[in-house]
Amino acid sequence: MGRFRDSKSGSMPKISTASLPDIMFILLCFFMVSTTMRETTLIVKIRLPGASEVQKLERKNLVSFIYVGQPIKGTYGTESRIQLNDQFATVQDIQGFVAIEREARDEADRRLMTTSIKADRDTRMGIISDIKQELRKAGAFKINYSSRKAAKIR
Amino acid sequence: MINKREVPEINAASMADIAFLLLIFFLVTVTMDVDTGITRKLPPPVEDNSSVDFNQRNIFEVLINSTNQLLVEGKPGNLATLKDETKHFFLNPDNDPNLPEKKLEQIDLIGNVYVSKGVISLKNDRGTSYEIYIKVQNELTKAFQEMRDELATEKFGTKYDKLVDPLKQEAVQAVIPMAISEAEPEDVGKTK
Repeated sequence: MGRFRDSKSGSMPKISTASLPDIMFILLCFFMVSTTMRETTLIVKIRLPGASEVQKLERKNLVSFIYVGQPIKGTYGTESRIQLNDQFATVQDIQGFVAIEREARDEADRRLMTTSIKADRDTRMGIISDIKQELRKAGAFKINYSSRKAAKIR
Repeated sequence: MINKREVPEINAASMADIAFLLLIFFLVTVTMDVDTGITRKLPPPVEDNSSVDFNQRNIFEVLINSTNQLLVEGKPGNLATLKDETKHFFLNPDNDPNLPEKKLEQIDLIGNVYVSKGVISLKNDRGTSYEIYIKVQNELTKAFQEMRDELATEKFGTKYDKLVDPLKQEAVQAVIPMAISEAEPEDVGKTK
């Protein structure tokens, strides 16, 4: 009888929660590895064009970005503008930008540097061509037209 | 003796659920934006503007005007057929005298093959939309990619990007070089 009563009044079996901090830690590590921090805040509107034959950009630390698009804030007008780092720039600033980016990289990696042009799909080609000419002059020959991976375009 | 109590323990079994909810929340909201795009190599700048003479039959002209219309080899073009036209031009399967010359070359790992001398010349206007330009570039890339795939499948049994050996990749590249030349844009439409 005594044994019977004992089992009825017994408390819930305790689940060990010792592993929960580990779970949280794994989560944290996972997100730290998988997400990329956006260092620049965009001040131009960018809707990337779609393409099916895209390649992944390898070695993210060797990529420098040039953003082209309409300014988000209406007070800057609707003309497509170039954004380098965190501010508006002109075509003439690109050579200096490339030089600074190149200076920041390891000497052995410099020839592997890629310039990614992130331009809005409504941009006119004139400004893109100007950027390309400047990049040629600056010696940054590897470029990447940033575009979304789209299975079927049109 | 009777008053001796244990500190009541908080049931922590639901903590795991909370952790899972968090995980799902992050998985849904965080977009792991992998940067993708079409890679191109710009030509080095030339000082003197002396034009290199190309035989007219070796050039496949693709023009995009400021209203985003295509002119392919002097005829109004279409994005849907551009890829096949490019492939047909570059490979010149029937040895048409109006299509590019081919030269027999000895290439490591592949042997004697005919290498086309064709060059795709892409010219756009300053008013051309970037989206159309990317679409055209995409079709041209697709054409070259398919030609490389076909060659790699024929010679090595796998697709081009599945080739592990870099020497084999180079060999395929040597037979089918990404021959896209871009002219300086014209400003016909006078649009900025």
